[in-house]
Amino acid sequence: MNLNGIVQSVIFLGILILSAKPLGIYMARVFEGRISANRWCGSVERLIYRFSGIDPDEEMHWTTYAFAMLAFNFLGLVVVYLLQRFQSILPLNPMHLPAVSPDSAFNTAISFATNTNWQGYAGEATMSYLTQMLGLAVQNFVSAATGIAVLVALVRGFVRRETRGIGNFWLDLVRSTIYILLPLSIFLSALLVSQGVVQTFKGYRVVQLVEPIKGSDGNKISTQTLAVGPVASQVAIKQLGTNGGGFFNVNSAHPFENPTPLSNLLEVLAILIISGALCYTFGYMVKDRRQGWALLIAMLLIFVPCLYMCMQIEQAGNPVFTSLGIDQTASTLQPGGNMEGKDARFGIANSVIWATATTAASNGSVNAMHDSFMPLGGLVPMWLIQLGEVIFGGVGSGLYGMIAFVILAVFIAGLMVGRTPEYLGKKIEAYEMKMATITILIPPAVVLLGTAVAVAYPAAKASILNPGVHGFSEVLYAFSSAGNNNGSAFAGLNANTPFYNIALGLAMFFARYWLAIPILAIAGSLAKKRIIPSSAGTLPTHTPLFICFLAAIVLMVGALTFFPALALGPIAEHLMVPSH
Amino acid sequence: MKQIRSALLVFLVLTIITGLMYPIFVTAFARIFFPYEASGSLIIKNGAVIGSSLIGQSFEDPKYFWGRLSATSPVPYNASNSSGSNIGPVNPVLRQSIESRMKTLKDADPGNRDPIPVDLVTSSASGLDPHISIAGALYQAGRVARSRGISESVVQNRIRKNTQGRFLGLVGEPVVNVLRLNIALDELKS
Repeated sequence: MNLNGIVQSVIFLGILILSAKPLGIYMARVFEGRISANRWCGSVERLIYRFSGIDPDEEMHWTTYAFAMLAFNFLGLVVVYLLQRFQSILPLNPMHLPAVSPDSAFNTAISFATNTNWQGYAGEATMSYLTQMLGLAVQNFVSAATGIAVLVALVRGFVRRETRGIGNFWLDLVRSTIYILLPLSIFLSALLVSQGVVQTFKGYRVVQLVEPIKGSDGNKISTQTLAVGPVASQVAIKQLGTNGGGFFNVNSAHPFENPTPLSNLLEVLAILIISGALCYTFGYMVKDRRQGWALLIAMLLIFVPCLYMCMQIEQAGNPVFTSLGIDQTASTLQPGGNMEGKDARFGIANSVIWATATTAASNGSVNAMHDSFMPLGGLVPMWLIQLGEVIFGGVGSGLYGMIAFVILAVFIAGLMVGRTPEYLGKKIEAYEMKMATITILIPPAVVLLGTAVAVAYPAAKASILNPGVHGFSEVLYAFSSAGNNNGSAFAGLNANTPFYNIALGLAMFFARYWLAIPILAIAGSLAKKRIIPSSAGTLPTHTPLFICFLAAIVLMVGALTFFPALALGPIAEHLMVPSH
Repeated sequence: MKQIRSALLVFLVLTIITGLMYPIFVTAFARIFFPYEASGSLIIKNGAVIGSSLIGQSFEDPKYFWGRLSATSPVPYNASNSSGSNIGPVNPVLRQSIESRMKTLKDADPGNRDPIPVDLVTSSASGLDPHISIAGALYQAGRVARSRGISESVVQNRIRKNTQGRFLGLVGEPVVNVLRLNIALDELKS
């Protein structure tokens, strides 16, 4: 690792941390209804409620809240599926792309409704502009807003006392969309267009090549077809909403999605900015801001070492290059390091910052190919996913996942000192523990079972690109990504087959809703409880001791669950790299 | 039942706002304020579009600078089918691909004994990378100058003119735009 890498990462982390407070306060005001109270802002919102027959004063029991969320998400799923199946006869399809196959459409519909955005398809060769906008981009907004809504309901569970209501799903959904995601997306897409991200409804552009080339059949090829589209508007929300589904196959490595260092900095900040600020929102809403900072610090405590470990490994490069006499030393003239699968304008530092941010958050967009990272360099993003997407995590979903870990942590700490566990004045009892345990155990179960089935199934093994243990890593990464709603890939694996489309589709489905529903159950149960005033016997949950303890619990669960599988994949491959 | 009706109607409204109004608004904004960028940063010469300054092209002639290896199919730098190689770090295919590229570079420039910069022998993430490192350009300067019969200092001067530095001197990596550089060299003659 060199000075350049440190400078670039410090700029990124600095802006991220500084933005947590202002954005966090703004979001808290949105959820508490203070922005809606403004006559001008609130008029659109009230119009939506009147049109949709929503009573803004209705308080929902947690089961009603969950039902509304599921009904809304299921509807989105069906619409995205149908748009793909019928895109050939629908408008805004200038390239006359055919209907998407049923299994791929099924996978993509779940993928976008669950905020995963796993891409089994190549965007520019598969999806019409209409499908991208009306199907995928809409889900980018509302799946993110769904995650935020579930989090806000959980926070209300802590704040409220002796009540059955945990808020109104429709209000949380609409407010998150129109006051948070939409304005930020408009702002970001304007900046991205200024950098060269394309935004047009015209068809693909054919240009003359400067030097004609020979095609595979020996014919001379003298043109290049530039895939374009309404890209900037889609990229902005896919970054902000931790969605990650790119307009193009290579996602934000594509120069039309991410052309300059500035566009890259903005996009990578957008991955973590809402999830980071939600920690502050949490502290603000529970009226103890130290609690919010505590969670953010615990996240950084895991994120920053992972970032620097990955950067160190990728910058050190590949011994295979050295043995061939290739110059991979960083200097003022070149970034050096393992440049396979990385674009020159990002070099090592920005590729690694992105890889760790996108996997710490459940974003899953990429600006470099994780499959070509060094074995231990690729282990870092894979492991960040496997930690359960709680280090920042998805917008909303990351923080509610982290709070499930907090519940586990106060429970374990309570056992150690022999006291009834409590968090923010609410007693943590058997019911909350059961629900929190479900949310923590389901993703690893989905990941490990899915991987086991795939490597035992010949048709699934045929999709593997790289031979040997790296091939196992590709499969493990795919199920880790789907089973934690991330969406990035070791993309050598050809996942656009019926087996992977269906298996990964189911994994994404369970990982999303089998977590969100228990979380809402916790919210409902907590809201009914009294708030116990803190006393000398209360375990403080904002101290450095507790922060380290929480980080240790997250690491321990992640490490113990996945170490055997990682040993068969990236760790075994690391031992096969020829030494210097 | 009431919730299902609300789900349908909220979905409809949010689809209109985020799926239609939002991209149309951004497109209108882009067309007014950034028409060049929004349509793909196209390079136009003598009325013909000869590429995008953001999308690389394949070059094999020794008089041109060569870019990154591209893993797109069926031909390299296929801008309607972006793709990385996704080859793993110890995959024998990676070694073979590097060796074959090294041979091509050495054959075109037998006198050059400098170590080859890593970005010239590795595939980019997008398969469309328009840039190489400054080291990657300087390595090829001698070959290009000889094939064109011009002095190396002229070529180096063109490299400097087509180099983009870091944003604010800090963010990103300094890179040379291969397509723009090659077009600039072609313009030297005329």
